[in-house]
Amino acid sequence: MSGTPTPAAALPKPPSKLKHGLTLVLVVLLLWGSAHRIEASFGRLFKGLPNMGDLLREMFPPKWSYFDNVVHPMLDTIRMAIAGTTLGAIVAVPLAVLAAANMVRSPWIYQTFRFILNLLRTIPDLLLAAMFVAIFGLGMIPGILALAVFSVGLIAKLTYESLETIDRGPLEAMTSVGANRLQLILFSVVPQIIPHFISYVLYTFEINVRAAAVLGLVGAGGIGLYYEKTLGFLEYDKTNTIILFTLAIVLAVDYLSTKLREKLL
Amino acid sequence: MYLIELRNVSKIYPNGTKGLNNINLTFDKGEFVVVVGLSGAGKSTLLRSINRLHEISEGDIRIQGQSITAAKGAQLRRIRRGIGMVFQSFNLVKRSSVLRNVLAGRVGYHSTLRTLFGFPKADVDLALQALNRVNIAEKAYIRADQLSGGQQQRVAIARVLAQEAQIILADEPVASLDPLTTKQVMDDLKRINRELGITTIVNLHYIDLAREYATRIVGLRAGEVVFDGPVAEATDERFSEIYGRPIQRDELLEGAQP
Amino acid sequence: MSRKRWIRWLIFAIVVLIYVWTFWGLPVSGIKPTAGQITRSIFHGLFHPDWGYVYLPDGEDLLRGLLDTLAIAVLGTFISAILCVPFAFWAASGRNKPRLQSGAGKLILSFIRTFPEIVMALLFIKAVGPGSFAGALALGLHSIGMLGKLFAEEIENMDAGPTEALVATGASRFQILWFAILPQVLPGFLSYTLYRFELNVRSATILGIIGAGGIGTPLIFALNTRHWDRVGIILLGIIVTVTLIDFVSGYFRRKLA
Repeated sequence: MSGTPTPAAALPKPPSKLKHGLTLVLVVLLLWGSAHRIEASFGRLFKGLPNMGDLLREMFPPKWSYFDNVVHPMLDTIRMAIAGTTLGAIVAVPLAVLAAANMVRSPWIYQTFRFILNLLRTIPDLLLAAMFVAIFGLGMIPGILALAVFSVGLIAKLTYESLETIDRGPLEAMTSVGANRLQLILFSVVPQIIPHFISYVLYTFEINVRAAAVLGLVGAGGIGLYYEKTLGFLEYDKTNTIILFTLAIVLAVDYLSTKLREKLL
Repeated sequence: MYLIELRNVSKIYPNGTKGLNNINLTFDKGEFVVVVGLSGAGKSTLLRSINRLHEISEGDIRIQGQSITAAKGAQLRRIRRGIGMVFQSFNLVKRSSVLRNVLAGRVGYHSTLRTLFGFPKADVDLALQALNRVNIAEKAYIRADQLSGGQQQRVAIARVLAQEAQIILADEPVASLDPLTTKQVMDDLKRINRELGITTIVNLHYIDLAREYATRIVGLRAGEVVFDGPVAEATDERFSEIYGRPIQRDELLEGAQP
Repeated sequence: MSRKRWIRWLIFAIVVLIYVWTFWGLPVSGIKPTAGQITRSIFHGLFHPDWGYVYLPDGEDLLRGLLDTLAIAVLGTFISAILCVPFAFWAASGRNKPRLQSGAGKLILSFIRTFPEIVMALLFIKAVGPGSFAGALALGLHSIGMLGKLFAEEIENMDAGPTEALVATGASRFQILWFAILPQVLPGFLSYTLYRFELNVRSATILGIIGAGGIGTPLIFALNTRHWDRVGIILLGIIVTVTLIDFVSGYFRRKLA
């Protein structure tokens, strides 16, 4: 290029790349440390791959006749998801109201309830189920309770977040005609929030169907128990039947629930 | 040999509409050509056919005697390397630094592997010089999305300069800018055209702008060339013919100003 | 009656039927008589945790269990963040791309997503033996489903302009990827990866239940042997770790946005 030569001093200095370099080093250290800690290695993976191949080969073809044995536990799984979600949804309603900043005046109250809801969501449902099994013994009841506790955390959080974004117009109109607090909530808040609430319940139900399918691993009822049973007896073709059945049910539930949610909103 | 030569070029879209209809045009070194016409007349299609961002249906386009229409792979990329392009929406990577955006103009000169490990010092100097030429060198290490629209378009022009192209195609380069920055960007393009002798073809909406900057005006209507001549011949009457109706206020930059 | 009211009654009837069906099938009995007492013990354990378990000089303590859990989550997230990229480009719909192709990619991702990580862990245990490595591989494979979907959406929402500009400069396909596409999608990719990491920390705490490493193993052991104070300290450890990770990861995600 021709034209005026550039005086070098006028140009800005390139920014230091130290920060990027340090971040990269930290991430690499983190990965290396993690791999070291859990004794991960490509060697083990490659040695294991043939085993995995054998396993997959034995899974096919799936043993379709086993289907009859697992229909009942699968229906139980769906029952657990419905019962757990419903129970959770009922408990979530008052908690959501108490956690919404525009429903209660004191920050102490809503911050406390938010904290509780956050705590509830830190514990995975399978751990909750293991605890409830220890308390109540084997069966569907601990599974339902575990799903319910998890659902409370999720539904209440989603609901209080939409409570806080509701349209203030109807609220103010009601206040101006002298409605009390309960009337306010019943006539101006509930109609606005119901479609959202039902949508969140359905969404939680989708998650709970997936979760319920594995709760049996800790003895909390449903189809999960049969994973361990069939894998323990090395009947991989039966395991595959369960896997495919679960996939079909989960995809069907997802599809139906998503369609319903689209209709609602 | 012409710098750019379009022979019987036609473009038919998959839905059957004709974008370009039997276009024959040649461009010489150092020209500053402005293409005018209503929106939908084929201005953008014409420009994008020259560097083959759009495929043509019939005819042949030659750049310095080489057919870009028939070119493939590395050869196509080498021809494209010689043709810079400036877009209406600037097309910068907004999250990357200004300098990195300008350096993107250099990638055609290096192997894929080489570009993974950064650019040679000579390229960085070239990029900084290019930024200096459009008076924006001090922004080199700032993220592109921190700049105003006019500044972003100047970065895009610097990218073309760093590319060391013999041809600049500018597709509505000022359509998203206010009148003041419009002048600055057009002045930059004109100055580069004069000082470096780079052939420049610009699509413009404003006809007063076209008259002010062009050495030659090409008028398109429904995919056909209906006017091709020096600015002096592009009278209001000829423009009305190109547009098929009298000139409207919003087709003048002065008129668009509040 | 109007059509609308008919539909309402129909929905109402269906919901009632679903609930009758659900609760008809539930067992009414089967609750252990000791339930109340155990609950009290657990709460007692929660409020009087076994602090001595936090650190033991000879290993197998809370801190090392949590460290393993985090290591599983880190490695699992890393594996999926790398492996999901080709899936994401496959599943992302674009202008010049047949819908069938991206549709097939999306279907596969949704299949992977549906496959529970804990079942994947069971299969990996069969392949590489029990332990944390199997857990990390399971999380790595399972997370591809969700990350691939989110990455694909990020690619679909990308501005096509820079790609066009790079094509015009004569860049090769890989150079276009490197200079126009990656700089645009990388912040989103990183943010989603961090989000998935938060979820994977939670998932990693349960893998021990089936022998795939992490804090779940001592927890299930303490539950079975009725060491409630130990259950208490492990639960506290999980809650603190998950909350801390959410906080740190959330901070970085806000910086990326």
